[in-house]
Parts: sequence; C-alpha cells; structure tokens
Amino acid sequence: MSSEAVPAGGPTRVGHAEHPAARVLIRRHYLRWWESLPWLVALAFYFAFPDYLGFGTSLMITILFALSLDLALGYAGIITLGHAAFFGAGAYTVGLLAFHNVWTEPITSLMLAALAAAAIGLASGLVLLRTQGLTLLMLTLCTMALLQEAANMGHDYTGGFDGLPSLDIAPVFGVFEFNPLYPDTQYLYTLAILFACFVSIRTLAYSPFGQSLTGIRENLLRMHAIGAPVRRRLVVCYTISAAFAGIAGGLWAQTNAYVNLSALDLDRAATVLIILILGGYGRLYGAFVGAAAYMGLEHFLARLYPTAWQLGLGVLLVIVALYARNGILGLSKLVWRRYRARRAPS
Amino acid sequence: MTELRLETRALSRRFGALVALQDVDFKLNAGARHALIGPNGAGKTTFINLLAGALPPSRGCVLLKGDDITDKKQAERVKLGIARTFQINRLFRGLSVLENVCMSVAERVGAASNMFYPVGRRSDVIEESMHLLDMLKLSIDAAHRISEIPYGRQRLVEIAIAIGLKPDVLLMDEPAAGVPSGESHIILEAIESLPEQIAVLIIEHDMDLVFRFAKRVTVMVGGALFAEGTPREIEDNAQVRAVYLGQAGRG
Repeated sequence: MSSEAVPAGGPTRVGHAEHPAARVLIRRHYLRWWESLPWLVALAFYFAFPDYLGFGTSLMITILFALSLDLALGYAGIITLGHAAFFGAGAYTVGLLAFHNVWTEPITSLMLAALAAAAIGLASGLVLLRTQGLTLLMLTLCTMALLQEAANMGHDYTGGFDGLPSLDIAPVFGVFEFNPLYPDTQYLYTLAILFACFVSIRTLAYSPFGQSLTGIRENLLRMHAIGAPVRRRLVVCYTISAAFAGIAGGLWAQTNAYVNLSALDLDRAATVLIILILGGYGRLYGAFVGAAAYMGLEHFLARLYPTAWQLGLGVLLVIVALYARNGILGLSKLVWRRYRARRAPS
Repeated sequence: MTELRLETRALSRRFGALVALQDVDFKLNAGARHALIGPNGAGKTTFINLLAGALPPSRGCVLLKGDDITDKKQAERVKLGIARTFQINRLFRGLSVLENVCMSVAERVGAASNMFYPVGRRSDVIEESMHLLDMLKLSIDAAHRISEIPYGRQRLVEIAIAIGLKPDVLLMDEPAAGVPSGESHIILEAIESLPEQIAVLIIEHDMDLVFRFAKRVTVMVGGALFAEGTPREIEDNAQVRAVYLGQAGRG
C-alpha cells in the first residue's frame, strides 16, 4: 500500500527485458561456442581415424537414438523401457522395403522409417500414456516384445530369427555408394542426418512446447491446473520421439546392410537408457557424452579384457548412480561451478 | 458487481461410504471476496476440487455464468476462467520463478503448443510475466529457482501462476498455509492487490486473514454448509463459535 510512492513502476518502465531472469530466458536458445565441438570432433575423427569409421557411424546412430529417448524420458518424463520398438520399426521398414526391392533410395527410406515408427508411437502412445510409472514401464516393454515377436513370426517377410541380410541400398543422391569395406559414405551420411535431426530436436527442446514438456515432468498436477492439454502433449512428444528413433533404426539398417531381431531387443532398449543416464538426461548433450563414454569404454575394455569387459562398465555405472545422479554432464557442471566460485573472490 | 459467476446446485461427493460433501448450494458473484472456513475434514478442499474440475461430483452440478460446466474437465474450465492455487505448493521446482509464471501465461495466450520458435522469442509472454512479478513484489527473485527461495515467497509464486491465467474466478486453498505468521501479511497484500472484478473464494484457517480479507464468510461443517454471512455475523454466531471458532481458540 505504502509502496505506491516509490518511483514510477508499472508497464511503462523499460528494462523488463534487461532483468537477469528475462535475459536468461530470452537468450537461452543462443548457440554457445562449445556447441560446435561435437561436430568439429566428428569431422576431425573422419580424417584422423579412417580405420574406425564403422565405429564412428554406429556411435552417431546411438547418439541419435539416445537423443530421441531424451525427448520422451528426459524432457517429458515418460518412463520407457521399450524405445527399441521404434528403432526396430524404422530398421525393419528400411529392411523390408530394400530386401523386397520395393524402395531403396536411402533418404526417402529414412522418411518412411520415421513415418512407420511415428505411427506405432502414436497408436501405442494413445493407449500407454494414460498410465504412469511402473505400469507405463511394463507396457512400453510389452509393446516392444510384441513387435519383436511379430518380426520373429512373420518369417516369410522378415526372415524371422535370421533377419534380412545383404540389403541393397541405392547410392545417396544416386552418386555416393555404401561400401561395406570403406564406410566413408556411411559415416558422412550418418553425420549429416544426425546433424539435421539434432537441429530439429534442439529447436523443439527450446520451444514453448519443449518448455511445457519440462513442466509436465516437473509437476503434472500443476500443468492440469493451468489448463494444459497434458495427454495430447505427451502423445505428440512420444510420436515425435518415436519418429527420431525410427530414423536411427533406419540408419542402422542402411549402414549395416542387414536387419535382425536385435533391433527390437530389450538389450538395445536398456543400453540406450543407460547411455542417457550416464551422459545426463533432459539436457540434449547428455546423449553425445553418454554414447561416447559408453561405446568408447566398451570398445577399449573389450580389447583389454575380452572376457570381463562388462565389469568395467558396471563399476562406472555404479559410480554414476551413487555420485553423479545427473550423469557426466551434471557432474562436470558441478565441478565447473565450484571452480568458478573458488576463483571469483580472489 | 452482483453479477453471478459461479454457482453450485446440490453438489455432492462421496468417497466410497464417506460423504465428503452433501447437497451444497453455493453462489459466488463477480468481485466477491468470499472465505470458506470450517474444521478439518469439513470438505473444503473437496469443494474446491469439484469447482476446479479436479474431481467429478457424485451428484449435483456446477454452473459458470449460468452455463452448466459439470462435465468439463479441469483444463477446459481453466480456459473458461476458473483458476486455483493449491494448499501445498505445486510448482516447477527446478525452474526459475519467471519460468514458472511464463508457463501459465504461455498456456493462456496459446503459445505453449508451438514447437518451431524458441521461448525467448515470445517477449510478450516474458514481459507480462515480469509485470506480474513486479505486482507481487517478486521480481527480485525472478531469476532464482523455486527451490532457492523461502516458502512464503513460494506461496506468492502459486498466486502469480494463477493470476497469470487471468481468471474470472480464483479459488485459493489456504494461501497462507505453512507461511510463518510474521510473513503472512505479504500473502494478504497480494490478495488485496488482485484485480477487483475477480471473484475470489478462499479457504483459510488464519482467522485474522479471513476477517481482514473477506466480505462474506461461509462455514462448512461435516460436508454441508452450516452458516453464511458477513464476517461480523459469523463472528457473533453462537453456533459457529461452538463448532469452530471456539475449538480453534482451545486448540
């Protein structure tokens, strides 16, 4: 009441946009210098390690798969253990079309893979996303198991347990051929697709829609109370996430030139979940860090200790679960803040 | 000013064998400053949940400006102008105070389903949210996360989120609950600064706050309306004193 006498307030006052909180929000989507790092590293890798391009390709596919999961799990808080359902849907779409000589053009095949995965995401999401927590977890698992069994039983089309070998994929743009011995094309093609997908996912994450997904994760009841169509948002997010997982699966089929039941495996779904938690979920770059750490370690430990390499990964995961709940990225942020806080006073 | 906003007719709700609310006929006018009091378990929060659409009634109906909205879900009712606050904070704890308010403003202006431009592009949403925070004297905390500010200030954010929806009817479930008594005046000031035409229904245990804020008071006991009148009438009502105010005095 008495504060009315304080100097001119109200809507005419300039400087709302200059308030620190507003500045943070207005500039949140600005590109930071370090955001170019993954892409520079990927390009440098191409020239520095020509013998490891196959590894690099599968790493980037895993990153894309983990990014798609981050959208559903990290942003919207949809607890899923069945994300390989969409990876497999994409992989089998590409595989079936190529194996039966229906369609082999790679880029449009990926779009079809995205569509097929999105359709399954939409259909299952409409049912699943009425539930939460463990029920949701079990239902996502069941969806994936059903798809895997369908792929197993549809032997005449899918090759059943043996899968679809020796897929013939047309050259990219009709020029660049996929050569299994020299995976240069695969690597650069995957890098380009990953980049395009990442730009889309990043835009989405920083949009008002992405922000409202965070709201749903942070407080579901409050989102209902501010009039948000929560169920619809979740279904839309799940569908988009499925589409990106489908693209990752399609890339996997194209670059390996085969599809088998492992595309729909629980092992795959669990691994990508571990990767995302390892890197840090709900923060985009967790997928990059987690996939690089996991697959890098897997690669080297498997060479050092061919019989017991999983032990090393297990120990790492225990450490992350105990001391770095927000993953490697969360831990680095904490260390960085402490470092700055220590330097600031002097 | 006496235009009818919210009305209930024979509104009832059971939970199994428990009758939480029985045949409540209630009216709330535009510009009302109405307090709902009663002992614990009287059905006050259930009543708010029924009005907001968080729970469906077992019987009876809810009308907003004469239209039956009983079948409308909570989100639809928000669009029609009913907003609420919670007895226990329901905030986005990991987000900043400004982001919390932007969430509701963005939802109201229909920006929240856009996925193609960044949040920062909607300067209208940010501007309006900052203005709201100014109004509630929260702007110094705008950049802080909810988990970093004291509980009393968090209660103000609850109110800011609700006002960001520009409601015609505002339902407040114990806005001062959990706030140290020395700070409860900031809640009262916030409520007093609400736009006049909003119809406000408030559940409150703090009698000081009730008698300073309310123009009318309804007493609810055992899931039914027990008495209604001006604060003075309620204070002087011997029966009310017996069932409620007296208890509060002893407790």
